[in-house]
Amino acid sequence: MEFQSISQLKLLLDDNKISVKEIAQTYIKKIKEKKDLNIFIYFNEDKIYDQVKLIEKISNDNSLKGIPIAVKDLFCTKNMPTTAGSKILENFNPTYESFVTQKLINQGSMFVGKTNLDEFAMGSATNTSYFGDTINPLSNEGSPLAPGGSSGGSAAAVAADLCLGATGTDTGGSIRQPASFCGVVGIKPTYGICSRWGIAAFASSLDQAGIFSKNVTDASILLKEMAGHDLRDSTSSNVKIPNFSENLNIDLKGKKIGIPKEYTIDGISDEINEVWEQAIKSLEQKGAIIEHISLPHTKYALPTYYIIAPAEASSNLARYDGVKYGHRAENAKSLDDMYELTRSEGFGKEVKRRILIGTYVLSAGYYDAYYLKAQKVRKLIADDFVKAFKECDLILTPTAPSAAFPLNEKQDDPIKMYLNDVFTVPASLAGIPGISIPYGKDKNGLPLGIQLLSKHFNEQEIFNAAFALEKDYE
Amino acid sequence: MSNLIKGKHHDWETVIGLEIHAQVKSNSKLFSSSSTTFGSNPNSQVSLVDAAMPGMLPVINKYCIEQAVKTGVGLNAKINKYSIFDRKNYFYADLPQGYQISQYKYPIIGEGKVTIDFKDGSSKEIRIVRLHLEQDAGKSLHDQNPTKTYVDLNRSGVALMEIVSEPDLRNADEAGLYISKIRSILMYLDTCDGNMQEGSLRADVNISVRKPGDEYGTRCEIKNLNSIKFIKQAINYEVKRQIEVLEEGGSIEQNTLLFNTSTGKTKPMRSKEEAHDYRYFPDPDLLPLEIDQEEIDNIKKLIPELPDERKKRYVDEYNLSNYDASVLTSDKAISDYFDSVIKSDFSLKASSKIVVNWITSELFSILNENNLEIINSPIKPKDLGKLVKLINEDIISGKIAKEVLIEMFNTTSDPQIIIDKKGLKQVTNTDEIEAFVDEVIEENKKMVEQYLSGKDKLLGFFVGQSMKKSKGKANPQILNEIIKKKLSKKN
Repeated sequence: MEFQSISQLKLLLDDNKISVKEIAQTYIKKIKEKKDLNIFIYFNEDKIYDQVKLIEKISNDNSLKGIPIAVKDLFCTKNMPTTAGSKILENFNPTYESFVTQKLINQGSMFVGKTNLDEFAMGSATNTSYFGDTINPLSNEGSPLAPGGSSGGSAAAVAADLCLGATGTDTGGSIRQPASFCGVVGIKPTYGICSRWGIAAFASSLDQAGIFSKNVTDASILLKEMAGHDLRDSTSSNVKIPNFSENLNIDLKGKKIGIPKEYTIDGISDEINEVWEQAIKSLEQKGAIIEHISLPHTKYALPTYYIIAPAEASSNLARYDGVKYGHRAENAKSLDDMYELTRSEGFGKEVKRRILIGTYVLSAGYYDAYYLKAQKVRKLIADDFVKAFKECDLILTPTAPSAAFPLNEKQDDPIKMYLNDVFTVPASLAGIPGISIPYGKDKNGLPLGIQLLSKHFNEQEIFNAAFALEKDYE
Repeated sequence: MSNLIKGKHHDWETVIGLEIHAQVKSNSKLFSSSSTTFGSNPNSQVSLVDAAMPGMLPVINKYCIEQAVKTGVGLNAKINKYSIFDRKNYFYADLPQGYQISQYKYPIIGEGKVTIDFKDGSSKEIRIVRLHLEQDAGKSLHDQNPTKTYVDLNRSGVALMEIVSEPDLRNADEAGLYISKIRSILMYLDTCDGNMQEGSLRADVNISVRKPGDEYGTRCEIKNLNSIKFIKQAINYEVKRQIEVLEEGGSIEQNTLLFNTSTGKTKPMRSKEEAHDYRYFPDPDLLPLEIDQEEIDNIKKLIPELPDERKKRYVDEYNLSNYDASVLTSDKAISDYFDSVIKSDFSLKASSKIVVNWITSELFSILNENNLEIINSPIKPKDLGKLVKLINEDIISGKIAKEVLIEMFNTTSDPQIIIDKKGLKQVTNTDEIEAFVDEVIEENKKMVEQYLSGKDKLLGFFVGQSMKKSKGKANPQILNEIIKKKLSKKN
């Protein structure tokens, strides 16, 4: 049995055609069948049935009653362990529930498990997790594909129909790129719209929670429930969250769509550019006006990102020291020894690499040349968007430079791996919202994604345009 | 007073700067809502934020910001409307986040100044570089187990104000006066409880020596001193050490030192090679702190009379000396007590010096004997005022007054009632006093002869005996006069 959308399942539930328990049984069965894809770090039937008992009692007015949701294992959850994909948090059981997951619980959603991710969200293929690689559900037998990352487990969970929505976090593209690879919808909203409280931090000034779903409407329903002001996060925005799904409007007449010339990059396959062209044409047909724009500092986005994100990470991950919780090395001879052993054993290669980079760019004598300069460039990149949004309402670009690649392809070349973020990182640096929706396929039948960006807190227009484009493939 | 120290070949000048760490008086921590009560059970005041659990975020405690601004006003300092919290990164077991949130390039308070007063009536201005807010660390307990170290995070995240002075201090006494002055200002402002024993106020001392007129010498920093006595001891030891090293042809290595309170010596804490690179950068979990003029103005309205203003008032209105006034105002509780005494009866203004003496000698001694702080004195200011008035009006002598004070302490009654009840009213009636004197002269004829033959010292004997007869109640001046008159008549 496959449910196509939240509203479809909700209707069945409201009409008593299915019970919460039956929903649970359906998805438990599916998850078990897809065990080999290694999508979940934590999956426990009993925990799901525990929730069923509670959810059955609540009113059907709760917008997400009984809706199966998968949670990226970076969100701290009270009733399920939280690992961040790292050995250092292998047996960590939070005593608290993250802001975002609590809001989803409050609306009656049912958490089916915690999804795999790149360790501490550092990666683009969900292949740096201590708990093994996740396989893209769209892979052909024998040739496993990467689901993208870092929220690859969540994207794969939606793609494999193991839930109707899955939380993700996006620091440089960690929602949009895996959404593109797995052929699902993924939105990274405006920085500050979803509280970071209770999400293990990677890079505080960039981390933003978002959602994966099967369609734009579901994403708009889920985002409304996740977002909101939180006094416990000083960077959380105090803005009114619109009822996105009720306001969805496919009329794009007169809307100006910016096409940034800097996003035409050498070495990107023609297929990607063709899909982009098709989307442009479709928008034009729907009445939108195409504007060719420039975001001149785009080429500095990747190096800027790979200074700022590791710098913040090097400090954010200092708390994993074996003193208070998580993994602690045995047989350490001194405090320094304990730190060294704990962190050497507890962190994987990619995390170590980024901690080293981050420590380096913040160190005395290098701070001005790297971190400070990167902050200045970040401002220029953000200003590019401010200027661009004076000329257009939305920007349309490809999401990723390729379709899903084979699982082990880029493992040994970090630079090549970092290039995956080339289209997604600028929006992260600017803190603006972006969505990836599946749009067309490559010659192997793998989905490709296109990305829509807009100015801060303008998620509604993003949803509207995405909703209109989505109809092209219905 | 010369600040120079005689050396073998030339004089030496000491240059001292202080970094004072003052715990902000606040019920909750700088970035979390945990309690800050001192002496609670280990790890009983630790929130998820204080323990640096994954995903936990700091939120600025507005009250601590107000306290810092208040302190800035009290230190005559510039209030910075824009400041930034930075992370100071280093690993230590009692630093849960792996970084301390502090302020580096943009502190909340900029340049200020305070005045210190010397015994000879002179004073000196000490410049303040800045005040910034930061988190305190937890505590490592090494003495609980032979092989393990325990960590208590109760203090982790408590707000501290670090007050940095210019190197304007020239000897240990100046340093002592400076820290007392800062302490007193903070206590007047109620922004720090000033309790050095509990570590609410502690200081790092930077010391160097130089030939007068030369550039500053290389400095050493003595960490974490928590009493004025130790600060002075440490400075004196360190100055002597540095001069010795230099005079023997050596050089001072920039170093962080610890002061051993039992040996009275300083020793290096870590050497330069191990110096930390703290990798300061703005905390991305916190937005820059912006304060507008209106908030500053509102805080200014909360500023009470501060020691310098009060000192000036005492000098101008009560004719106290600059030094007396500065000693009196250095402790807010004492000064408040003094003010209450004077306010209880404005005629006491003219005898303010006598009031000061009664507070600082008799009242203090009786409070000390009973281990009481002035704030808990059973003798209320208005009653002490009455006592002084009774002395002034010759109702009782100073000596009787001391007895009355003890009774006041024990019974908390009004001095007038005690005097009436015990019949301690001074005898000023000359006839009555003459009668006592006559009796004494009658009983000590031999002594009278000796006195008359030139033994002047015996006058005291007659005074004493007559006073005894009056049970101490005779007015001493009248008594003296009568004895002198009577004895001279014998001639």
